[in-house]
Order: sequence, then structure tokens, then C-alpha cells
Amino acid sequence: MSRSISLLAAALLGLMVQLVPALAADEKLPAKDVGFSFEGPFGTFDRAQVQRGYQVYKEVCAACHSMSLMRYRNLGEPGGPEFPPEQVKAIAAESKVTDGPDAAGNMFERPALPSDAFVKPFPNDNAARAANGGALPTDLSLITKSRAGWSGSLKTLYTTQLIKGMGGPEYVYSVLTGYQDPPPELAAEAPEGKHYNPYFENGHWIGMPPPLTEGGVTYADGTQATVDQMAKDVSAFLAWAGEPKMEERKRIGFQVMVYLLVFAVLLYLVKRRIWGRHEP
Amino acid sequence: MAEHAPYEFKNPVARWLESRLPILSFTKVHLLDYPTPRNLNYFWTFGGILAVMLVVQIVTGIVLVMHFTPHVDFAFDSIEEIRRDVNYGNIIQKMHQVGASMFFLAVYIHIFRGLYYGSYKPPREVLWMIGVLILLVMMATAFLGYVLPWGQMSFWAAKVITNLFSAIPFFGESIVTWLWGGFSVDNPTLNRFFSLHYLLPFVLVGLVFLHIWALHVPGNNNPIGVEVQSGQDTVSFHPYYTMKDLYGIVVFLLLFAAFMFFAPDYLGHPINYAKADPLVTPTHIVPEWYFLPYYAILRSIPDKLLGVIAMFGSILILFALPWLDTSKVRSANYRPIYRQFFWLLVIDSIILGIVGSNPPEGAWLTIGRIATAYYFLHFLVIVPLVGFLEVPRPVPKSISEAVLPPRSEFRAAE
Repeated sequence: MSRSISLLAAALLGLMVQLVPALAADEKLPAKDVGFSFEGPFGTFDRAQVQRGYQVYKEVCAACHSMSLMRYRNLGEPGGPEFPPEQVKAIAAESKVTDGPDAAGNMFERPALPSDAFVKPFPNDNAARAANGGALPTDLSLITKSRAGWSGSLKTLYTTQLIKGMGGPEYVYSVLTGYQDPPPELAAEAPEGKHYNPYFENGHWIGMPPPLTEGGVTYADGTQATVDQMAKDVSAFLAWAGEPKMEERKRIGFQVMVYLLVFAVLLYLVKRRIWGRHEP
Repeated sequence: MAEHAPYEFKNPVARWLESRLPILSFTKVHLLDYPTPRNLNYFWTFGGILAVMLVVQIVTGIVLVMHFTPHVDFAFDSIEEIRRDVNYGNIIQKMHQVGASMFFLAVYIHIFRGLYYGSYKPPREVLWMIGVLILLVMMATAFLGYVLPWGQMSFWAAKVITNLFSAIPFFGESIVTWLWGGFSVDNPTLNRFFSLHYLLPFVLVGLVFLHIWALHVPGNNNPIGVEVQSGQDTVSFHPYYTMKDLYGIVVFLLLFAAFMFFAPDYLGHPINYAKADPLVTPTHIVPEWYFLPYYAILRSIPDKLLGVIAMFGSILILFALPWLDTSKVRSANYRPIYRQFFWLLVIDSIILGIVGSNPPEGAWLTIGRIATAYYFLHFLVIVPLVGFLEVPRPVPKSISEAVLPPRSEFRAAE
């Protein structure tokens, strides 16, 4: 009796494992795996890369995409691109913000300060839609957090996501480098003004034209501005923007783990000693 | 409950206090001297772990409330401000969010431990039933809290779950409107969820107090399921179990910290990092992992009302368990057949969880229906029947007989 039940249970689990990959087929392609410096329990951001990424955002993405949660001062804070204070001020001052009312009750324009939020490309969502063929360019503050690069099968769920993370930065990288000609069977149904991108989350058709072109920006540090390089850099920048305190989190996490581990060992020894008293 | 030994306190202040409020002797009887079976294994440390988790959730929650804005226009951004600008806010917020998952992990282990060792059987029925009540309040609290960050999944979870009440005949729609405080999930909904999310944890504290009270009347069950018969069978709670529990708690905190610091988003849904948008429905609306089995039960039944009844029934049935189980033997260690079915129930619950995370189509629907049917079959048919049919293995006469060397050796060693 008991053996037959165990067998039944094993058979059930086996059936699940068999069924699952077939069921989990997703039409979106899983993101291309990129080895970023900020992965893993000790990973930190590559300052130069995040600085280059900011440049790509500023010169390319910011034409349409806002980053409403970011302040210019964030660019100089520890754990990110860490621009020097003077440079942060200069970056902020490049943009104009409306302030006021002044003593006479008038609104006025002034250069942005480090404490100001990133200036948005459009005054409101409707203006953004109108300028982009009806599609609203997503706010990029949390883009690497709110998208999963890989999902679906149980294996992805239980191992890849746990080890490599949810794959948000990889998703951004894959979309930026994933533009291609549609397969012949889909080419006919291409919607007006949309582009084929099998990595894009909402179906294969994306409103954004391929944003990166070879040499689209000129890096100050002499790095070759290939599409691949720019996509990696801006993904790293956006990963930082999604969680500016990531390095602090990992640093404290390591300290906490070491503390708890030592504490656990000590407690175990105390516990054993105390219980030893009671053994005959 | 242990006899109240008249404690004589030497300190005059202690004596003065004791004669007015016997809180010191109460502490001594219930937290220090409380006689505890000497054979409790590490599954028994989950009670202490849960107490710690409740405190963690309340403390982190109180800090979060200091920075949170319960308004549909600001809630999402205020959580982000906590993660970005509040000192250590990123860590406090994750501690609360991942803490909820860890709380459920611990409570499920605690419940299955009770199922395995028959901790619900007389004289511990009330203790068990208060425990089921705690689970229900915990679930309500977790759901209400999940809505507060006002992300996409928060919003749609609120919509889906409150809509369940529309299945109630005649009054369904009115009840949903009443719950929402309007004609859609909106600012009034967020405000009342916030209010209740702050209230319910303190209800939990009260229930936990009752739970411990109901525990201290019959005393702990134990892995062999035989009642304590003499002082030989027990050790004092302090220092034996305070130290064992503390060790268990710290090991559990290691797991908690590992998730919180190194995989903080693993247990959640990325889409909840997108602000709620009533006009855009996410492709898959899925609850957090700890609600997946119930979600699977809900969706495996084609009729909405029956689905809701089955979902709540899957927990309410636990209230009846002390009377559904016909076996006199508590511990599954001595119940060869029940033990097998116990593990099948564990597997069934995991399968329900996996089904719950997938869209209810094709094979998933079939598996979900079989697993749902089996879940109820376990409690309504298998448990009562096995109690009658099974021949239990011989149970030791006492705890000390089971775990201590024979008397003669014991003497010799002394």
C-alpha cells in the first residue's frame, strides 16, 4: 500500500515535469544573456560604463523618454556614475526648469539645479503620444525592474531567475539590439510605423524606431561607440537608475550574512553545551 | 497550565510589584520554567520564528508608514522615494516585502508540522483553531499590504480579489461597491486598505497571545505524540528551548537575509514596479507565491460562486480537522499509511501552487482540477477512513522511554 502511494506520487511529479516545458512556451524570445559587472552577490557598477550609459540616455533616449524618479544630484551620489559635484552642477544647468511664482507673481525659467528632477521631454503624456505616433514612450526610471528578461519554464523560474536575477537590464539590451527584418509570414501584417523586434514585451511590434546607430554618440573616454557597446552601457545606467542603492544593499547584506553566520555558530555551541548538561 | 508555585522574591521592589500585579511570577511560570517536552525537534522552532517574523513585519511596517503616502497619485512614488532617498529605506522596504514571504514560508512549515504530528487532536483543538484563524487574518493582512504600493499587480490583485465578492447572490454587486468605497478600485479603496493593513497586525498580536495561552494549557505536543507524564519527560523552557529556538531563528534569518539582500525581486513580480494603470490589464494576473494554491483552487472550478466557496473552504476545512481525523494516534511516525498520505498532501499543495502560477488552460486546468479534488478528498475521505483502517505501529509509553536510555543504564551513567 505505502509503496504504491509513493510510486503514484513519483509518477505525478514526473508527469508535471514532462508537461511543463511544453506548456510554458512563450512567444517572446528570452533576453540575450549579458555578463554585467553588477551581477552576483558582490557585483558593483562599472563607474565608467554607467557614466557612458548616462551619456547615451541624455543624447539619445531623453529625446522621448522621461525618468521621473531621478534627480540630477543622484548622478553624483555614491554607488552610481559618481560624477564629480562640479560636473553634476554643469549637467543640471544644461536644462531649463520653470520655477516660481516670484515676488511679482510671475513664473520664470532658470537653469536646473542638482536638486531638480530630470527635465521631461514632453509637458504631459498627451503631448508625448502626439509626438510619437500615438505610442507613449515609457518612463525609464524603473524599466530594468519592471521587465523580466526571462520567465516561463520552471527551470527559468527556479534557477535562472535565482542565479542571474530577473533579467531586466538584459531585456533592455536585447530590445535595443534586437531589431530585425520580420519573418516573411509576419511581414505582410506589419502595422503602420511599427518595427519588428522579437524581444519586445507587448507582441513583436514596437513603436520605437531603432534608436542606436553606429557612432551615435562620441564617448569622451575613447570607447568605440558600437550599437552593442551603447546598448550595454545604457542598460547598465538604467539598471543603476532602477535601484540606486544596490551597492549599499549588497555591502550591508554581506556584513549581515557574516554576522548571522558567526552568531548561528556561537548559538549552536551554546545550545549544545546547555543540552549536554541534561544528557545522562 | 503548570501549578502556580508561590514565588518568593527577595528584592523588595519585586515583592511590592508581585503583590499588586503578579507579572514576574507569570513570566517565570510561562517563559522560564514552563515544562516543555524534552524531545521537540527543529520543526518546533517555527513557533518562535513566526513570533519574530510578526515583530519584524510590525516594526518595519511602522517605519514604512512614516514615509508612505496613501493616495493613488503618490503611493507608488512614495515607495520609490523610500527605496531611493530614505536612509536605509531600500533595506527596510525589502525587509517588509520579502519578510511577508518568509512569514508565510514559516507558517506553512508550522502548519504542516501540526498536520504531521497530529497537533490538532484533543486536547489541542482550540489551539489549532486559533491557529487557523491566525492564518486567515495573516492572509487578509498580506493581501491588503500587497495593494498599498499601487503597482500594476497591486491594483489588479485588488480588483480580482474584491470582485470575488460579486459572486455572492443578490447582494454581490452592492457588497463590492461597499468594499471599494466607490464604483471602481480607487483612492477610497487604497485608503481603507491602508487603514486595515495597519489594524490587522495588532489583531494578529492578540490572536497570537490567545494561541500561546491555548498552548500553555495542555502543553506542547511532541514528535512521538504521547502526552507528558512526569518531570522526566520535560525540561524547562529556559534555557533549553530559548537557546534551541534562538538558534533556529538565526538560521532562518540567514535564509531571510539571503533572499532580502541578494535576490530581493525573486519572490515578487517585475510588473509591480510599474505604476497602476486601470486602463492596461497585465497579461497574467498572478498573486504572490503564497496564495498560488488557493488561486489554483478558485480557478479550477468553472462556477464563480462555487470557486470562491472552494477557495475559502480549503482553509475553513482545517477548522473541522480535529473531528475529521478518527485516529487516536497523534504522530505520523507511528501511522505508516497516514504518513504516505501526508506527503501526498504536501506534493498536492505544491502542484496546486505551480498550477496557480500558470494560465488556467489546457493541461493546467486538468491538473488543477485533479489536484483540487484530491485536496478535499484528503480531508473529507482519506483522513477519516485511514483512521479506521490503519493499524498503527506500537507507540512508546512515554517520552522518556522513547528518547532516554533504559533506566538501569541511566543510573549507571550517573
